[in-house]
Amino acid sequence: MSKIVLSHIDKFYGENHVLRDINLTIEDGDFMTLLGPSGCGKTTTLRVVSGLEKPQHGTMTIDDKPMIDADSAFYEAPSKRGLNLVFQSYALWPHMTVFQNVAFGLKIKKMKKAEIEETVMHALKTMRIEEYRDRYPNELSGGQQQRVAIARAIASSPKLLLLDEPLSNLDARLRIDMRAELKRLHKETGTTIIYVTHDQVEALTMSTKIALFKEGEISQIDTPLGLYTNPIDLQAADFIGNPRINFIDAKGVYNGDTLSVTSEFGTYVFAHETLKLDEEIPEGEEFECVLGLRPEMVDIYTADPHHKNTVPAKIYANQPAGSETLVTLTVGSVEFLAIQVGLVEYDMNQDVFAVLHPGRMNVYNKKTGRLIKFAKTKHKAGVDD
Amino acid sequence: MAKKGWKRPPMTWKRFKNQFLNVVGNPFNVIVAITLIILFIFIIIPLLTMIQNTFVVTRGALREVRKLYPDAQVGGYTLYAWRYLFGAESFISSGGMGLKGTPIYVNLLQPLFNSLTVGFFVTIISVPLGALMAWLMIRTDIPAKGLLSSLILIPYMIPSWCKALSWLTVFRTPEYGGFYGLLTGMGVPVPDWLAYGPIAIIVVMTMHYYAFSYIMVSGALRSINSELEEMGEIQGANKVQILKSITLPLVLPSILSATIMTISKSIGTYGVAARLREPAGYHVLATKMKYFLGQSSTEAVGYILSIVMILLAAGTIVINQRLIGTRKSYATIGGKGTRSNLISLGGAKWPMLTLLVIFLIVAMFLPMFFLVAESFQIVPGGGYGSKNLSFYAWIGELENAPNPAFDREGLFKNPLFFHSLWNTVKLSLIASVITAVFGQFFGYITTRGRGKWYGNAVEQLIFIPYLMSGVAFSAIYYAMFSQPHLGGLIPTLTGTFMLILLVSIVKHFPFASRSGSSNMMQISVELEEAATINGAGFWRRIANVIIPLARHGFLSGFLLSFISIAKELDLIAILITSEENYTLSFLSFTYAETMPQAGDAICIIIIAFILITNKIADKFGGNVSKSM
Repeated sequence: MSKIVLSHIDKFYGENHVLRDINLTIEDGDFMTLLGPSGCGKTTTLRVVSGLEKPQHGTMTIDDKPMIDADSAFYEAPSKRGLNLVFQSYALWPHMTVFQNVAFGLKIKKMKKAEIEETVMHALKTMRIEEYRDRYPNELSGGQQQRVAIARAIASSPKLLLLDEPLSNLDARLRIDMRAELKRLHKETGTTIIYVTHDQVEALTMSTKIALFKEGEISQIDTPLGLYTNPIDLQAADFIGNPRINFIDAKGVYNGDTLSVTSEFGTYVFAHETLKLDEEIPEGEEFECVLGLRPEMVDIYTADPHHKNTVPAKIYANQPAGSETLVTLTVGSVEFLAIQVGLVEYDMNQDVFAVLHPGRMNVYNKKTGRLIKFAKTKHKAGVDD
Repeated sequence: MAKKGWKRPPMTWKRFKNQFLNVVGNPFNVIVAITLIILFIFIIIPLLTMIQNTFVVTRGALREVRKLYPDAQVGGYTLYAWRYLFGAESFISSGGMGLKGTPIYVNLLQPLFNSLTVGFFVTIISVPLGALMAWLMIRTDIPAKGLLSSLILIPYMIPSWCKALSWLTVFRTPEYGGFYGLLTGMGVPVPDWLAYGPIAIIVVMTMHYYAFSYIMVSGALRSINSELEEMGEIQGANKVQILKSITLPLVLPSILSATIMTISKSIGTYGVAARLREPAGYHVLATKMKYFLGQSSTEAVGYILSIVMILLAAGTIVINQRLIGTRKSYATIGGKGTRSNLISLGGAKWPMLTLLVIFLIVAMFLPMFFLVAESFQIVPGGGYGSKNLSFYAWIGELENAPNPAFDREGLFKNPLFFHSLWNTVKLSLIASVITAVFGQFFGYITTRGRGKWYGNAVEQLIFIPYLMSGVAFSAIYYAMFSQPHLGGLIPTLTGTFMLILLVSIVKHFPFASRSGSSNMMQISVELEEAATINGAGFWRRIANVIIPLARHGFLSGFLLSFISIAKELDLIAILITSEENYTLSFLSFTYAETMPQAGDAICIIIIAFILITNKIADKFGGNVSKSM
């Protein structure tokens, strides 16, 4: 059991307001990822949870036990919070062997020698590095050091495991291996994990929930799918997804019931229930808005498919990349990117038909930059619009 | 700290209690507090005491003071010293000598002018010399680089006062002190202006302080990525253009730093000036101060001169920071490309090599040679023939002295030598262990507290002794402990080993702390945080993480302060009042007047000791360039 509740956390470095009113609840067993560009406060939040940083304002509880109560200057010691942390740099003690590194915390807990031996070896086995027990960190590769760091963190069976960009120092291949490893670890141990990264692929593939950070604030908390299909604002939409989402300028009119959006693609009318009504949507007048169109939501046909949402388009550029092909299209003056599965060949300036699915598009109010129309999270190919 | 959009919560009893526990319960805070107190007691209070003592009437000065202030009492306050120095009415001589006859000229302006002259010439010779050597050694394909680079800092390791003694072995004239030098012994007349005074002082100091610009500029050159220069080459610049418009601007901040440091150090040096200042009229600030401190009626005047010296040094440092400030940061450009393509000197290769070899002969080989040679002579300046050869200065006994001028046994028969040796070892060992330990703590506090008020406070307090020349600094301690404090709890320490020890420790704080912080900087904070998360408290982290990792840095820091304290002369010269407290350096210094051969012999012992210890420190990653 471990449920972490952060409320109204504010952290200053001197004049610098680095965390602004952070509210975050992490349920037991969650794999919560704090995602955002560098300098957005995600690592600071992790360090606040760990106890290495003391916020000036706010409270935190773990399983309803107070850990931080800034107003009465109460901060529980890091070691008494039942958590452990894997640092971005791994922070392995260079003067201790792998075994000594992992055993350090257990020794401090005054565990018996035989028990330490057993616990350490179990952790090393879990991370599949038991044969390196007597090596020093500088005799290990980056990936092995990473495993030692994780083994050290899980040896004390923490209720909460904190990971600070643990994969950023690994090469691309190892990173994919370690992602799988961490996901298994989460499943096997059932430990609640808070994971910090700026890599959206890591966030989307591993987490059960993602908190998206922007300039010291949390802009959105959602499941990976929810975050991907309906980013809360233009910046979030721009940040999530690779290749990037297409933004198409449009004009919108809201009549109090439906929202009709006119762009180079034509006019779409969106039903009341798809709108995000707690956002600012000007009523009865034309306003600037932006359509968000994911590249993989575009289907390309060389012959007219007679679909109601077909627009004639021209091929601008074609980038086959093996498993997928990136295609740049133009419709009128609008240029946008589409992804097709597998190798597809088009000629430059070839005329094609693009099937767009307005139901899967997001609409943003250009003035506020906020999402005003949800995209469908579930759809069947070719069936719906 | 005013924070926008956030108000400090009201102070409740619970908040106060928790805050108090947070602060007191953390040993780190306690250590910071103790450190601040120590620094305050040993740096700020002595400084204030010295300023205060420029006004206090001492017993020794009472008679003189009463001429101006008939009601003055011992312990009372007067402006006597200030009026003495700046030329109060009764001191102005009646003769019509103009400015030159006024006390302020004799007491302050003349020595100040002399100091500045020495500083100016030492700087304009040694900075370009050191910078050129650094460029040759780091960036060019000069031959025999390995050998040269192992030798090039040795002249700096020879204590500057040893070089002064060596100068005397050659140029000494019998008119002063009665001994011949090599030249006068051969009948070559040596004019006074060459043997003594500014020229001698400037030459000797140049052979020492070239090292500052050499060390700083070579550090800057090493950190410059050669790709920067190669880019210039691709753009079509020739070697001279590259040197002028790329390399030089990049090392300019380090050259400026070296310039300021050289000025400041050469103005403050005592030992060289004291040995080479005969005929007696020639005074620099440091020697004049020592002269005033040596007379009980004018001690307070000496303190004022010491303040002048501190202001001068502080002024140069401030100028340094103004000039360089943010620009200093680009001295560390580099990072990736460590591979550096060397610049081919072409035809200039051999002339440049010759220049370096001449420098090494003049600054290293000859001084050592003359010291060794004279130490085996019966009569100084009596030539190097076998008739004049003797081991007397090393092992001779008084009854069979070959020269009636010898008034003491040879070194190894002389109890005073062993006593001084013991004092030196004792002083260096205790002081360097203590400074090295403190240095690690200071380094820990300044690196972990970087940007926080206590980190800055410690850093700035520690910097103060660095601002002061050795003599000025010891003058402060001399003033502070010349009377009992706290109702006798701290007794008068004048003339005690304790005082010399104390001065040696505190004066080396800046250096030890720098070595400590560079050591601590290598230990990532995350290593400690990882231990914190695993439940290790402060002392456990120190014992299990910091100490094992800091060991080597500590050892090299210790050895370097050991060297520095063992050869120290300026710092302790005014504190040694009896043979009881002689150190080797001081003994050698006094021998120079009575039995130069023995003085030379001690120099050789000290130099050998320094070279060996430095070699050991080198093994632990320390090196002499870190001990500036």
